[in-house]
Amino acid sequence: MLLTRKVEFSAALVCSNPAWSEAENLRVYGANANPHGHGHNYMLEVTVEGRPDAVTGMVFDLRELKEILNQEVVEPMDHRFLNREVPPFDRVIPTTENIAREIWTRIEPRVRGPNVRLRNVRLYETADLYVDYGGHPSP
Amino acid sequence: MTTMRVTRRYRFAASHRLDSPALSAGENRKLYGKCNNPYGHGHDYSLEISVEGPLNAEGMVVDRQALDRLVEQRILRLLEHKNLNRDVPEFERLVPTTENLASVIEHRLREHWNLAPRLARIRIAETDRNAFEMEVPAE
Repeated sequence: MLLTRKVEFSAALVCSNPAWSEAENLRVYGANANPHGHGHNYMLEVTVEGRPDAVTGMVFDLRELKEILNQEVVEPMDHRFLNREVPPFDRVIPTTENIAREIWTRIEPRVRGPNVRLRNVRLYETADLYVDYGGHPSP
Repeated sequence: MTTMRVTRRYRFAASHRLDSPALSAGENRKLYGKCNNPYGHGHDYSLEISVEGPLNAEGMVVDRQALDRLVEQRILRLLEHKNLNRDVPEFERLVPTTENLASVIEHRLREHWNLAPRLARIRIAETDRNAFEMEVPAE
């Protein structure tokens, strides 16, 4: 069974590669390269897959999932400037793809269990653009 | 390699009439109901295009501007404020149901695809209550 929890956070960011010229960054990232930053209301949907527990009848404790998302995503990222305040975005360009991957890396170990696993991270940058990430392929 | 899916949503308004040449006037009225109104009717369609591929050196799966350009030139220009039955050649012979519209969009996008990630999914909502979704198999 799949279980999905939604959470929102708002953050500022700049997408630009310090190794490139301003013109090159503007060509690749468009308005997202504005050096002073811009912001989004990100909407995150985290989907967990598992079998409902025989005793509790739950795939995963929703309160615990809420707490994990608060600790790993909302507290560190909400109302922050990602490049300046939230590692690894001092080094990693905070494209929505990279933010989705970072969120996966942060929460995946905390929802891993014998009957449960993280299935998908969907990150909406706006209502018209979102990224789905299902994890690193197994080696 | 990290594979991800990026989805972009577009909107267009178009009119259509559902009427199958293989059926009698009475059968068409019975099958399609209000959608068989001889003068046609219209919708504000919401179109989601998903692409899938590896993260590139820029931290993105797809150049949003290139995707927007392709969809604008090949799809939106064809459909926006058009009468599907009269203005879209495929619907001279094909009933413009939203299922068939999804297939037409898939064919046209594949024919002109010039992006590095592959076309992975098309989802069209005719209204907030009706949505049609197709996965595009990897070649």
